[in-house]
Amino acid sequence: MANKTAKKTSNSRKNNHVAAKSAAASVAVTGKIPTGGDKVVQCLEREGVEAVFGLPGGAAIPLFDALYESKIRLILTRHEQGATHMADGYARATGKPGVVVVTSGPGATNTVTGLLTALSDSVPIVVLCGQVIRPMLGKDGFQEADVTGLTYAVVKHSFLVKDASDIPRVMKEAFFIASSGRPGPVLIDLPKDVLAGPCPAPFVDKVDLPGYHVPEHAEPGLLKQAAAFLAKARRPVLLIGHGAVISNAGKAILKFAEKIKAPVVNTLLGKGAVPEDHELHLGMLGMHGTAYANKAVDTCDLIMSIGSRWDDRITGKLSTFCKDAVKIHVDIDVAEFGKVLKPHVCLAGDARLVIEDLLPMVGPCDSDAWLAQVEAWRTEFPLHYPKKGGLRAQHVLDRLDKLGGRDSIIVTDVGQHQMWAAQFLLTTKNHHWLSSGGAGTMGFGFPAAVGAKLGCPDKPVWAVVGDGGFQMTLSELATAAVNKINVKILVINNHFLGMVRQWQELFYENRLSGTPLPGNPDFVKLAEAYNIQAFHLRRAADVDRVLTAAMEYNDGPCLVEAEVVREDNVFPMIPAGASLAEMIIEPPKMALEKPTGST
Amino acid sequence: MNSLANSLGTTATNPSFPLHTISVLVRNQPGVLVRVALVFARRGYNIESLVVSGDPVNANFSRMTITCSGDPETLEQIIKQVAKLVDVVHAIDHTGQSAVETEIALIKIKANLDERTVILQTAEHYAAKVVDCSASSLILRVTGASEKLDSFISLLRPFGVVELVRSGKVLMTRGPEAT
Repeated sequence: MANKTAKKTSNSRKNNHVAAKSAAASVAVTGKIPTGGDKVVQCLEREGVEAVFGLPGGAAIPLFDALYESKIRLILTRHEQGATHMADGYARATGKPGVVVVTSGPGATNTVTGLLTALSDSVPIVVLCGQVIRPMLGKDGFQEADVTGLTYAVVKHSFLVKDASDIPRVMKEAFFIASSGRPGPVLIDLPKDVLAGPCPAPFVDKVDLPGYHVPEHAEPGLLKQAAAFLAKARRPVLLIGHGAVISNAGKAILKFAEKIKAPVVNTLLGKGAVPEDHELHLGMLGMHGTAYANKAVDTCDLIMSIGSRWDDRITGKLSTFCKDAVKIHVDIDVAEFGKVLKPHVCLAGDARLVIEDLLPMVGPCDSDAWLAQVEAWRTEFPLHYPKKGGLRAQHVLDRLDKLGGRDSIIVTDVGQHQMWAAQFLLTTKNHHWLSSGGAGTMGFGFPAAVGAKLGCPDKPVWAVVGDGGFQMTLSELATAAVNKINVKILVINNHFLGMVRQWQELFYENRLSGTPLPGNPDFVKLAEAYNIQAFHLRRAADVDRVLTAAMEYNDGPCLVEAEVVREDNVFPMIPAGASLAEMIIEPPKMALEKPTGST
Repeated sequence: MNSLANSLGTTATNPSFPLHTISVLVRNQPGVLVRVALVFARRGYNIESLVVSGDPVNANFSRMTITCSGDPETLEQIIKQVAKLVDVVHAIDHTGQSAVETEIALIKIKANLDERTVILQTAEHYAAKVVDCSASSLILRVTGASEKLDSFISLLRPFGVVELVRSGKVLMTRGPEAT
């Protein structure tokens, strides 16, 4: 790092009586006028932050210096992207904002993928970036990047702090914006001289944001309309999304579903809001959802989305999606209404409050025949996989579910293993399923699991990752090892970027362009190089033994490398852009047309 | 209806859709213009004109008047996403509402002595004022509805428009309430 350590200037500042007077409270506590960096850290403490994730650099040294004596735990990551995913995993598991501390330039640009991931999935994280000193802004100084400019499109909001006296207000607003309404990432760019200079400004406890409105309760008139539609429904379905998880709406939704006698399906991120082992639950819908969930959605006469945004992975071909069904949309973000489709009723508000308000207004639907039909589909089209032909990821995940995975926090990466995990690992508790849904960020799973474990030290945490995605952020093995983060890493190793390979096999004449991973390391040896306990898993007969051994291991992280069948495919599958009715339930015997959907 | 881009003979964003006028009340925070512009840019929408004026009562706020064209459903979504920005207090599409709308243009035109009379007659029809005069050129100032300006400019074009500056449309709703 070319920059020199910021000089302590507290002596000269002690003589500044005017500043000292206005900062009487802070001085009384610390005995000196706090620096901007001190103030940032004090604000973090006031927000109840327990840990921050990050990596220092020249422009951020004053901030890291302030962390040196703080009770906040600094988790030093090996790459800034890992820090953002750790903060993200921490936030998803606890519901509290995760905090990232990085330096200017490349340190900050390395957070962009993490910001997108958090924005796509509405996760509250606060990213603090060092920046070049104010006189150098815009002059291409060493490690300068226009970070606010670069990140406008991937943040819920951002701040460039030009005046140290703004720090308390900005910090308060940042945490409020990140965690309220539809949560999301907030970035704060902090020039080094703002961090190093004095900041006698008092703390701020209130926010004044005239442009920021969060709906809570839906309008009574619209609730009545929704209730009237529900009263007439004979084939209702409740579609549960991440919003239900975020607002802890699960209990209310379950009561609601039982009262109106409607089956429940959830999105990838909605897993856990309503226990997936409940008799009304049909599991995940969408591209790789269960056949019975998709059949139910395709046949329903009313679909009520609670905290989901009609993602293209759910709807497939829009023109045929629930074509004749009444659509009710519950969302805290009014910009989601009408974005993808035009619902009959839009209920703006917090998912839990809306459902609690609606509960006394509804009665049982005439849905007995419908529930019987849905059960018949469940029996006729269960999730299954071949029992022969080598070790299968589905088998490993199915056994993990039965051996205790259902009570663990499951964090996945992105790809085939993610879909198999979503199918075979039932989620029964809120905040127990963490996965990068909207952004589909490979490399998310392992660091997010580290963050989740830090936030929930008493819960077992499994990172279920593929060999491709794991290699994107596995430098954080050092972070997990040195901090003794007791996270279990299950590497589903098929030596391929499996999901793309599946598409190539099904739709591109098996032209395997860029998908084989012949250079994979021996993951067991790799773990051992970090002094991490590791287990090899090659035979189906060893699955229970190895998974149990991993569960019982308590001295820091451990890794299980499961070498699975190389060319396996995820089914059911709805090709991108196809309608739900075109779902492929069994492996096809003939070549398929290329999908028309975007991804 | 001609957009500004049309009147200059360049490609318009979407000439088949009418222009919308959106007024956006924003907090005076650095970057607010970029944030608003990005909502349009992300969908490949062109902003036809954008005028920013400070709030006369509270210096912490400004009003943006944005004109753009596009299919109504997409525009509705754009407006919602603009309104969602933390620094945006509200965003309202005033198309079809009772509002006073106007625009101003300065036009520098070649005008030698034999053509000058015709130009000045045309200017008179449009209540345009001569604000600068040289031996071979005039600067005309015209105000009014954007369509009127389009029409005036197209009549002047054969004489040789040297330079054209348009303010973009500004708008204020009628009655006692603030826009």
